[in-house]
Formats: sequence, C-alpha cells, structure tokens
Amino acid sequence: MQTATQLEHEVNYLDYKGKYKGIFAWIFSTDHKRIALLYMYSMLTMFVVGVVLGLAMKLELIAPGKTIMDPGTYNAVFTVHGVIMIFMIVIPGLPAVFGNFMLPIMIGAKDVAFPKINLLSWYFYVLGAVLVIASVLFGNGAPDTGWTFYAPYSFKTGTNLLPAIFGAFVLGFSSILTGLNFIVTIHRMRAPGMTWFKMPLFPWSLYGTAWIQLLATPVVGITLVLVALERIFNIGVFDPALGGDPILYQHLFWIYSHPAVYVMILPAMGAISEIIPTFSQKHIFGYRAIIVSTLAIAFVGYFVWGHHMFTSGMSGTAQYTFSILTFIVAIPSAIKVFNWISTMHKGSINPEAPFLWAVTFIFVFMIGGFSGLVLGALATNVHVHDTAFVVAHFHFIVFGGVGFAFFGAIHYWFPKMFGRMYDKVWAKVGWAFFTVGFLTLYSPMFYLGMMGMPRRYYDYLPEFHAGNILSSLGSWVMTFGLLIVVINLFRSAKNGAIAEINPWNSKTLEWTVPSPPPLENYDEIPVYGEKDGPYEY
Amino acid sequence: MEHVAQHSDPHYDQEASKLGMWLFIFTELLLFGGLFIVYAIYRFLNPEAFQMAGHELNITIGAINTIILLVSSMTIAMSTSALQKKNIGLTVLLLEITIILALIFLINKYFEWGVKFDHGIWPGSEHLLNDMAHGEVLFFGLYFVMTGLHALHIVIGMIIIIVALNKVQKGTVHADRPSLLENAGLYWHLVDLIWIFLFPLFYLIH
Repeated sequence: MQTATQLEHEVNYLDYKGKYKGIFAWIFSTDHKRIALLYMYSMLTMFVVGVVLGLAMKLELIAPGKTIMDPGTYNAVFTVHGVIMIFMIVIPGLPAVFGNFMLPIMIGAKDVAFPKINLLSWYFYVLGAVLVIASVLFGNGAPDTGWTFYAPYSFKTGTNLLPAIFGAFVLGFSSILTGLNFIVTIHRMRAPGMTWFKMPLFPWSLYGTAWIQLLATPVVGITLVLVALERIFNIGVFDPALGGDPILYQHLFWIYSHPAVYVMILPAMGAISEIIPTFSQKHIFGYRAIIVSTLAIAFVGYFVWGHHMFTSGMSGTAQYTFSILTFIVAIPSAIKVFNWISTMHKGSINPEAPFLWAVTFIFVFMIGGFSGLVLGALATNVHVHDTAFVVAHFHFIVFGGVGFAFFGAIHYWFPKMFGRMYDKVWAKVGWAFFTVGFLTLYSPMFYLGMMGMPRRYYDYLPEFHAGNILSSLGSWVMTFGLLIVVINLFRSAKNGAIAEINPWNSKTLEWTVPSPPPLENYDEIPVYGEKDGPYEY
Repeated sequence: MEHVAQHSDPHYDQEASKLGMWLFIFTELLLFGGLFIVYAIYRFLNPEAFQMAGHELNITIGAINTIILLVSSMTIAMSTSALQKKNIGLTVLLLEITIILALIFLINKYFEWGVKFDHGIWPGSEHLLNDMAHGEVLFFGLYFVMTGLHALHIVIGMIIIIVALNKVQKGTVHADRPSLLENAGLYWHLVDLIWIFLFPLFYLIH
C-alpha cells in the first residue's frame, strides 16, 4: 500500500484558495471536507437551540406546577426541541459530518460521486432549518403537536404547523440526497484492491444507513405532504370526520421513523467500530459479524414500526408479531457489543478521550437497549407507555448513542480534520462532567416512568418531585461538561499543538494523508494489496 | 490551480450517474408507493363509494392522456438513440416533440380538473362534504392528490428535458457524454409508468 506523504507540500483544504473569496469559498465549495464542516457548524447552531430548549424544560420540571412557563409554551418547547434534535441533529449527525469528511478518504477516493448534489443537500438542510425556525417566529404560535405531528391534532391545531412540516419534508430530501451520494460513492469509488470485505466498518455502516435513508424517507415525505394537504384542502385521508383514519397516519409515520432510528445509530456504531480497534491496537473482533449485523439491523428495522403503536389499537396477532420482531432486532446490536468487548480483550488499551467516549457509548447504549426490550414486551409496554420511562429510553439510545459516538468521533478525527491536537486533559474533564450529568439527568426518568409520571406534561404530582430535582441538576452538570468539550475543541482548532499524520497509530486510509488533507486528498489513488486491510495491527 | 482543469473529464463516470438516477427513481416509486397503499386501504374499506365516484371520471380524456404519455416516452427514447448516432438535429426535434406532448397532457388535465370544479368537486368543497359519502370524499381527495402530484412530476420532467435539450444544442451533452439526456429519459419513463398505474386505478376499475 502506498502512503501519500509526498502530498505534504500541497496546500490543505482549509487554506485552499479557489474561485470564490471569503464565505463564498465555503458555501459554494463542492469539496466534501468543506461541506462536512458546513454541516458541522450549522448543526452546532441548531444544537445550541435544542439544548437551550431542553434546559428550559428541565427547569420547568424542577418543581410541580408552573415554574417558568405555561402549559402551551411547554408543548411548543418539547415539539421544537424534538423537531430540531431529531431532524436536524441526530439523523444527519454522523453521516453528514464524518461521513462526508471521512468516507471518500477512507475508501481512497478524491471526493464523493456527486459533489454538487452533496452541496445541494446542505442547502436543503439550511432551507429546512430556516422553515422550522420560521414556524416558531411567525404565525399563531409555535407548533405544539410533538415532533411526530400525529393526526388529527396536526391539522386541527391553530398553531403555525405548515412551515415545520415542510421543513421536515425538505430535511428528508436532504437526507435522501446524502444517502444516494454515499451509495454510489461506495459502489463506484473504492480504491483498487479494496474489496467489499476490506472496506473499513465506518463506510460499511454508512452504506447500511444510506439504504435506509433512501428507502424509508420518501414514505414519511409523502405522509407529511398528506398532512399538509389535509390542513390546507381538507382532503380527508387522515380526518375521521371525513372517513379517513388517523391510525393510518401513525403507521405511515413510523414506517419511516422507526428505520430512522437506525439511520441515527448505525453510523454511530460504525464510528465506535473504528475507535475501539485503534485504541486497543488490535484487529477488530468479528469483522464480518459486524457487517452482517449492520445489514441485519437495516433490514429487520423496517418491520418493527408497530411497536410504537401497541396502545393505538391493533390486532393481537400484529402486536405479537411486532413484539417478537423487536426482540429479534436487538440481537444484531448485541452482537456488535460482544465484538467491541472482545476487541478490547487482551488489547493494548490507550485510554485517550475518544476511547473513553466509545466505552461510555457502549455503557449507555446497553442501558438504552435493555430498556428498549422492556418497551418491546407487550405487558410492560402498556404499563410504561407514554411515561417518562420512554423519554429516558430514547434519550439513552438516541442522545446517549449518537451523542457519545459523535463526541468520540470528533475527538478521534479532530487531528485529521484540523491538523491540530486538542488539550487532552480538558477533553477528559469535559467527558467526565458530561457523563455524570447525562446519567444524573436521564436515569431518574426510568424510575419516574415506572412510578407513573406521564411524559409531555409541564406539571406532575408532588411524589415525583425528588426524581425531577435530581434530573434537573443533571441537566446543568451535563451542559457544563458540554461547554468544556466544545470550548476545548474550538480553542484547539486554532491554537492546539500541530498534530502528526497518524497520532493514534491507526491503520485505516484516512491516516495516510496529511493533516489537514489537501483538496483532492490523494495525489495518487492508493492501492490495496492482497495482505492490506483496515485493521491489520 | 491545476486541479480545476482536472475537475471535468477524469471525474466523469457514466455508470455512477446512471446508478444515482436509478436510486432516485427508487425513492420516487416509494413516494408514490405510500399513496398507493393509502388508496388500496381506502378502496378496500369503501368499495361501493369508490366505484360510484369512479364513474364521474372521463375515461376518454384519461385514455387520450395515456396515449400521449406513451408516445412521449417513445419520442424521448428515440432521441437518446438519435444522440448515439450523432444526429443532433433529430435529437433536438424529438425532444421538442416530447415537451409539446407533455404540455398537451397538462392542458387536458387542466380541462379535466376544470370540469370537476364546475361540478362543485374539489377537496373540501361543500358539495363533496355535504352530499357525498365518506368513501367518495376519500376517492376525490386521493384523485386530486395523486394526479396533482403526478402533474407536478410532469412539470419537473419537462424542466429536466428542457435543460437536457439546451445542453444538447450547446454540445455539452453529446454521444460520448450522454448521461444527462439518458437520465432525463429515465425520469420521463418513471413519470409515464406512474400514470400507467394511476389511469386504471382511478378511471377503469368499476
């Protein structure tokens, strides 16, 4: 395998001067690395909004009764928090940032297959974000339906829902274009000699993700269009007063939105599968098992949507079927956990920040996964349905899963992306505060949910007070940790020590190009020989 | 910089463009697939009302529009062959015919919808909500949504064909670099294919 060190004299992608100047050099750039950073900064902006809304909710819940907002505002806050966090942060999350940046480099390509469409997908992302923000700022109040836009309330409520629905639709389109681009890139642009089973696991996870994005998103797209048309024209399809069936909306919505959970988690698992072998300095255990389980999750994930609707009214047969399929989809996730643990076994472990984030990922992901089985079992589901238990479960899985993996990934690839190393001590301090805060914030919700505290209310009974105080305290600790992490990364991007080409001694291709990489990554496309592989330590 | 010059030809990959287009067509089919599921469920629940409402539609106009679209699919397929044979004049002519046929389709659609509006039938109209059964409301709701969305795709398809036509005339799409025209053709066949399903579902099943 060739190394590309001869490229070091070339100007890197951050300093590259193209046709356009200033900000236009970024927003008109079709370079996958610049687009990745565009995504990252726009996501960070939206993430700040989402976090502030989350903090506001936790502050409202610190005491029973009205604390800082009335019930209507609370409804709007959890709706906008959900829409932003789901559609703008965790769904695009790892694919749009690290997928865009690393996928071409990791498979030995100069860019993605369709660089212009890649840029277009970012424009759609911004348009979608602007539409959702517009729904908050203008019209008769912010959307208050919850991020799921359930019928019939979504076309009966007087709030400004249309921009939010169109925003979600446009964001879906952005997601489809990214997925399409990645599939074609992986099919057509792998380096010579890099066969399917020599491809690193992060690109593999992006491949599975891309298929879900492609196959599931159009269904929610049309469903959202139908809700919008229902609002404007009264077409009747989801309106019981006109013969329509609101439950049909839930089915169509979850046919997409359950696979979307795997759009969130698969790339996160992919990033973890890169970090664990690097910091254990050991070949990944069960390379093929991880690939097969990725594809199995992507496939079985299509057939479990009904478990969101156990109490909506469906036949017993359907309930049993969805329940057993939900249990089955947990198996491939467990396989991955075993593989990661086995990779660490007898490895030479280097507990740097990325590794700490990755190990914590496994921990919170397992708690989230097991609580998911509690929800997938029919009897317990009825007991904890629509309680704080569900909120705890999906924050452990979605925020714990994607969040921890994202921070692991950024600490892992940061030296490659910016050519500088962050302050390793502050990185670990930030991780410690974040983790303690995270567990304090969400763990009490399991208990509160079991005791019967419903979700989505601004108020609760006095007996739930203690748990809620603990949870609100956790939200502050977690945000403090988050601030340390973000500030540390921002400062280090400017002033950090210059990073080596391969500071972690990793074996994947992205560590053979200079840091930061030059415009077209490789002077000469690398060639994989018979004995080369992504994890040959 | 030297890279700029490199950016055109070595990066051209016809297979990739085609694969990308097929994947996009897949998403379009799923988009309409969601609507077909909704249609199937409501037809199953309201068989009689759907049958009654179906009689309101004009089979003749529907059949004419079907023929128009089939012919336009043929002309755009022929234009790709003409491009391969480097006959630019014929390519342009066939594309122009395709666009005109698409326009005629839309004009027919306009009159067809106009007649419905004259009869007081549009989504949410009083006649529909007060005098008709739930099944008929759903039938016409789906009729307007699905044919409307299809008409929107006709318009998008026309725009793509016009862009392709322009590039053929400018010479940037030619026999060695035909992806854009071929993809326009693929997209147009998709639009045609969806109509092939809409026509019997709404007009013919009685």
